Amino acid sequence: MNARMEVPSQTKDAATTERGYIGQSAPRAGAKRLLEGRGAYIDDMRLPRLAHVVYVRSPHAHALIKSMDLSAVKKQPGVIGAFTGSDIAAYCTPWVGVLGHLKGIKSAPQHAVAIDRACWQGEPVAAIVAQTRRQAEDALHFVQVDYEVLPVIVEMADALKGDYVIHPELGDNICFQRELKTDDFDEAFAKADVVVEKTFKFARHTGVTNEPRAVLADYQPADHSLTVYQATQAPHMMQDIMSRHLGIPESNVRIVCKDVGGSFGIKVHVYPDEMATAALSVMLKRPVKFMADRLESFLSDIHAREHIATVRMACTKEGDILGFDLDDLTGIGPYSVYPRTSGIEGNQVVNLTGGPYKHKAYRAKLNVVFTNKNVTCQYRAVGHPIAVALTEGIVDEGARALGMDPAAFRRRNLIADDAYPYTFPSGLKFEKLSHHQCLDKLLQMMDYDGLRAEQKALREKGIYRGIGLAAMIEVTNPSPAFYGVGGARISAQDGATLRLDPSGMLNVSVTEQGQGTEAVFAQIAASMVGVSLDKVRVITGDTAVTPYGGGTWASRGAGIGGEAVLQAGKALKTNILAVAGAVLSVDPATLDVVDNAVVDRLTRVEQMPLAEVGRVAYFRPDTLPMDFQSELTVTRHYTPREFGFTFTNGIQASYVEVDTETGFIKLLKHWCVEDCGTVLNPMLVDEQLRGGVVQGLGGALLEECLYSPEGQMLNGSMADYLVPMAYEMPDIEIGHVSTPTKTSELGAKGAGEAGTAGAPGAVMNAVNDALEGLGERVVEQPMTPERILKALGKI
Amino acid sequence: MTEKRCDVSLRINAEQVERPVLVRQHLVDFLREELDLTGSHLGCEHGVCGACQVMVDGKVVRGCLTLAVQCDGKHVETIEGLSESGVLADLQAAFLNHNALQCGFCSSGMLLTALNIVQNHPDATRDEIRDHISGNYCRCTGYQAIVSAIESVLVARRTGELAGVAR
Repeated sequence: MNARMEVPSQTKDAATTERGYIGQSAPRAGAKRLLEGRGAYIDDMRLPRLAHVVYVRSPHAHALIKSMDLSAVKKQPGVIGAFTGSDIAAYCTPWVGVLGHLKGIKSAPQHAVAIDRACWQGEPVAAIVAQTRRQAEDALHFVQVDYEVLPVIVEMADALKGDYVIHPELGDNICFQRELKTDDFDEAFAKADVVVEKTFKFARHTGVTNEPRAVLADYQPADHSLTVYQATQAPHMMQDIMSRHLGIPESNVRIVCKDVGGSFGIKVHVYPDEMATAALSVMLKRPVKFMADRLESFLSDIHAREHIATVRMACTKEGDILGFDLDDLTGIGPYSVYPRTSGIEGNQVVNLTGGPYKHKAYRAKLNVVFTNKNVTCQYRAVGHPIAVALTEGIVDEGARALGMDPAAFRRRNLIADDAYPYTFPSGLKFEKLSHHQCLDKLLQMMDYDGLRAEQKALREKGIYRGIGLAAMIEVTNPSPAFYGVGGARISAQDGATLRLDPSGMLNVSVTEQGQGTEAVFAQIAASMVGVSLDKVRVITGDTAVTPYGGGTWASRGAGIGGEAVLQAGKALKTNILAVAGAVLSVDPATLDVVDNAVVDRLTRVEQMPLAEVGRVAYFRPDTLPMDFQSELTVTRHYTPREFGFTFTNGIQASYVEVDTETGFIKLLKHWCVEDCGTVLNPMLVDEQLRGGVVQGLGGALLEECLYSPEGQMLNGSMADYLVPMAYEMPDIEIGHVSTPTKTSELGAKGAGEAGTAGAPGAVMNAVNDALEGLGERVVEQPMTPERILKALGKI
Repeated sequence: MTEKRCDVSLRINAEQVERPVLVRQHLVDFLREELDLTGSHLGCEHGVCGACQVMVDGKVVRGCLTLAVQCDGKHVETIEGLSESGVLADLQAAFLNHNALQCGFCSSGMLLTALNIVQNHPDATRDEIRDHISGNYCRCTGYQAIVSAIESVLVARRTGELAGVAR
């Protein structure tokens, strides 16, 4: 058992006494203005002399640009200029999306705007800048480009075969390969009583942030400085990249991230059109804005998850899993995305497949190949939905082959809760997980036995319902092992600066950029310093005013930024007490801060309000001892280093009804039990998990980027690309098991991606449970009605 | 090319606005670009996501599928005006207290749909609320908090009416 009781007293006791707001469902103060239509998204900004850029995008998936004539464009009303790839390249150097620790990964140099050749439909080939976006879009029709269409590779298998190579200088179409095999693998599979095997397919899908990508770059020639207002998840990473590729000193580049209308991993990458926009601002010496429209979003926001994977699992006849065998093929488009690479998703599938189980034998093979479709890269839950669906799909196959109940089979094979620390066959190290507690809680929440009885009774009436389970592990709070060791200039550290203002209010600036995280930072800061929540103001997402750090990705914000806030809060409180001690001529150790006032530690009697501490420290320091200097601004940092990642775990269940005549799936109910360590704000984390589940359900049931054999995307609108809407989504019940990480005092692990990671596997298993005995397994996501009916042999 | 404009006179929130508008300009571009009313958002510009919703003569419409010239002589109400008039106050409080938003981009449109439910479907069940808001895309929440927020306002208004409280 690893209930919260066992956590060292530094975490547990403080959380319930001194840390009043931690764990409370406090509403987000900063959210009120968003509800009044007073958000500050990029497109809401107004700057003098603002110019607007639109991009000419290749209509072909692969084509040589033989010639381009922009002369007619330049004559159109309002047009300030029109620029080719070569024009932009004079201001922005190309990049190659590789990382040192992904051995052998390769990609071709990529320019902000294509020069000579376009490699996917939608790649920018020219830029038009005008006084208004309308004028720039009108001028698009006057672009003359002579293309020579080249052969295209759309299918991953064709890419692997390599009869045609997209980048001849690379020799083949393979971006990255990885193989691993544990010593006991052959023996485990040789002695197995049962080996089950299935091939699963996962379609491409994408993030569909409600706010499309947006950037506004404002270059000041007088001091050679660039301010970029950008909807991004990693402001300091973008500062570094803009600096290096545009040739502007790092400290002259400021990235400001205001409100962002959804990211989910989409807005953490370097996009050619966004880099070109910054280059144009430098070139034109005025602010330039790029705002993607929805078609551009579908053609150029990163896609994700196109995989075909065969997975095998070896078991004893008693029901013990001996090993997993994985062969995964994924297609990433023509370039590995910079700077995080497009090798990470497949790499995660290799790392995580089989993750929750205690087998020792594992073999994995991964091929990441180039194709002439839009690029893919890290999108919410990177690799997890694939790994979980593969694992849980084959685990259900194993249970069926052995005639065991899926829940009982999992209970037999999940890593024991007292087995930690634990090293998984792929090399991952787990600090402490709680699979069995989560399973028990889930089965109780859903009344598993009762549902099974209901399912059986209804099946006799011709109603096909299914129950699906999916256990999972999740990468959160990444250490420098994720990117830094591979040479990427992406911070694994976050920082927080806390300042006590003269009125007794608390100013908090944190690297992290997010939405719910601002609220939990306020809760942590208020709790650690001893002020009420209404006294706290939080600033994030501005490289000029926040400490250097990583930002919002890989479920790291609350766990890493939050710990930095906690440590800064403790330090600030110490400094506040030092001032109070000096004013009161008492030992600071006899004082405490509670409810915005300095109190006697023992009697809790108020000695002076914080506003008085501020007044004296800032305005009357002459009254303090000569050798005393107050320090009411403190900065602290935090980097997780003990483990590569702080793993979380959880389990989900889906209950569905399948109409065997139409192939339609009705989601009846969904459950999710998650262990994200210390729960900072239950209300926020629960809906974060639900939102993640819904995104996972979207990928499993609805979402697919469809391409023609010519590499043309066929459904680049929200009318054609289906996303989950409220009516088809079920109520989602959330439960928590809390195993705080001991790598931080806060104890928080990430929760942002868990829902998305587990939902597709759970719902796929539920569908196949419903259809048991009626036809083939459904092994292709999204599980459209057509695919259901095909599995049933009806079409 | 001189673009064709058309004189319009319309009431926007509490103000009367008279000016020539581009005949091809949709209502939200007009609100955002000409009047700096940036609370209505553009998510898809083809009528699917609902982030652009505004009220025209008391009816919720897709601002991206409505031309500005169509609103000549009409009363357009946006999230800004409906916030300032207080008509959305209990819904906004409920959205905040139920955490029925994360990024906030959908909220302007979602709140207008919610207002329509409250005004025209006071007895809506959770399933019916889900049905009504199915024209509004939210990628952050799981919709559940939004349903709960709207439901709480319906319940509060019903019980308020039972208790004889004037609204």
